[in-house]
Amino acid sequence: MSIPKTIGIETEYGIVHRGTEDPNPIAASSVLINAYLYAAGYRTEDSNDTVHWDFIDETPGIDARGYVPTAAMPPDVETHLVNAVLTNGARYYVDHAHPEISTPECADARSVVLYDRAAELIAHHSMAAASEMLPPDQELVLYKNNSDGKGNSYGCHENYLVDRATPFGRIVTHCISHFVTRQIFTGAGKVGSEIPGQSTDEVPYQITQRADFFEEEVGLETTLKRPIINTRDEPHADARKYRRLHVIVGDANPSQVSTFLKVGTTALVLALIEDDALRREFIFAAPVAAIRQVSHDLTLTQPLEMVDGTTATALEIQWELLDQSRKYVEANGVENVGGVVALEVLDRWESVLTGLEVDPMSLASELDWVAKYRLIEGYRERHGLDWRNARLRALDIQYHDMRPERSLANRAGLERIVDDADATRAMSEPPNDTRAFFRGKCLQLFSDSVVAANWDSLVFDVGTDALRRVPMMEPLRGTEAHVGNLFNECDSATELLRRLGS
Amino acid sequence: MAEREQVRKPTPVEREPAEQASPTATERGEEIKAELDELLDEIDEVLEANAEDFVKSYIQKGGQ
Repeated sequence: MSIPKTIGIETEYGIVHRGTEDPNPIAASSVLINAYLYAAGYRTEDSNDTVHWDFIDETPGIDARGYVPTAAMPPDVETHLVNAVLTNGARYYVDHAHPEISTPECADARSVVLYDRAAELIAHHSMAAASEMLPPDQELVLYKNNSDGKGNSYGCHENYLVDRATPFGRIVTHCISHFVTRQIFTGAGKVGSEIPGQSTDEVPYQITQRADFFEEEVGLETTLKRPIINTRDEPHADARKYRRLHVIVGDANPSQVSTFLKVGTTALVLALIEDDALRREFIFAAPVAAIRQVSHDLTLTQPLEMVDGTTATALEIQWELLDQSRKYVEANGVENVGGVVALEVLDRWESVLTGLEVDPMSLASELDWVAKYRLIEGYRERHGLDWRNARLRALDIQYHDMRPERSLANRAGLERIVDDADATRAMSEPPNDTRAFFRGKCLQLFSDSVVAANWDSLVFDVGTDALRRVPMMEPLRGTEAHVGNLFNECDSATELLRRLGS
Repeated sequence: MAEREQVRKPTPVEREPAEQASPTATERGEEIKAELDELLDEIDEVLEANAEDFVKSYIQKGGQ
């Protein structure tokens, strides 16, 4: 039987330091995050006691296929300048040359959207706080996109808890068919192509930001020769029971509907994979070519070649996955796929596929690639511009601008599925239905005693002998239902640890 | 020989054919066009002043 799909996403934001001749994105990202940590009260003039990330259990070089490929370079241990844990259970840090926010662990797709929106609000607050610290003519601006249009990409990664007993080969087979075809609703849209040698005349506009950057089917890398299926095997949980499927093919979505469907449909497909409930295999003759073909085909009608000589379109494969998912939920219930939220996912999945089939432009208030296309095509027509015109590329970038007054996504009339008042609360409050609750509450109530944190443990210093590490190897333990009363009853970390130990 | 195989789509009852163009649909269409026009007016106001320089200077280090 499938296991409950604990989900989280991590978003690297593009960053621009305006008003300086010599921008340094790493320093700028540090200033941005530090500015937020001071403004939100994590740091004060007198103390520098932000809870830091603890790397002791991180092993990004372990491969899910059960070996470390000698020809492939395992990812570097990332150098992090600023690395903080927030009271909502999230992580906010400098990764490579970008600020990155990882949501806390979430139990369903709606919760992921809520914490992703909270991350956007944290980004707004960070930009405002940084402006206070910088000279008046300087500004830090964040972009929730995945490419600079010049061949440099940065990611929005998804993570799903998967049963360790599920054969990895089965995950690879079915996930490739989903990841290649889900682009038709997860894409954030892009002007032009970044495949070397391919011109804007050939590809004026495509569905996703990321498809151009995938060169392999399966592999360990995340920054070079990116694979459709990433094999990093670092569960941040009990490794005997769980895998964490690390998904690197998605776009960062300003549209809440796109994010909702991206994680909601993937959680469903993974449950079907675990229970071996997918009756048909769609094995592409050339997956890397297929991911680009789908991204470049705005008509959604191009047949994709299968290894057995048959063909199917992205829409046809998505209809089949939806059909199987409905049957699965009818037979097995929604317990392991996000509860009643899974029913909302199924309904939205169906209405969006219907819209894509009848007229993709009817989804301009739901999907990023359609909303952006409508703006850019409208602008292009009005001013009689060629697709190569810099103003269209500027519109593309500015769609993702995180300054509310400048963001074009913000003006595009996108439907919202979470309330901003709830998202504001989620900037500091953890979800109550995963272990992020325990992490967040410990940081809210006893931050003086927490010296380090990571996904699967917290380290306390309560002034006596050795530091105490509290392991959290079960992502669904440490919820409000489990430990809510403990926080009501304990006045100190010492008391909390005593009660946990007994 | 293998025919080109079509994936059968589920045909739930609620999937109705696209609505015929009716006065209401036309009105809605005009409404949508007016909204877009308004939006495009706004874009002219907020778009980066020198698009070419802006696009040229938008350079990111590669990440994950």
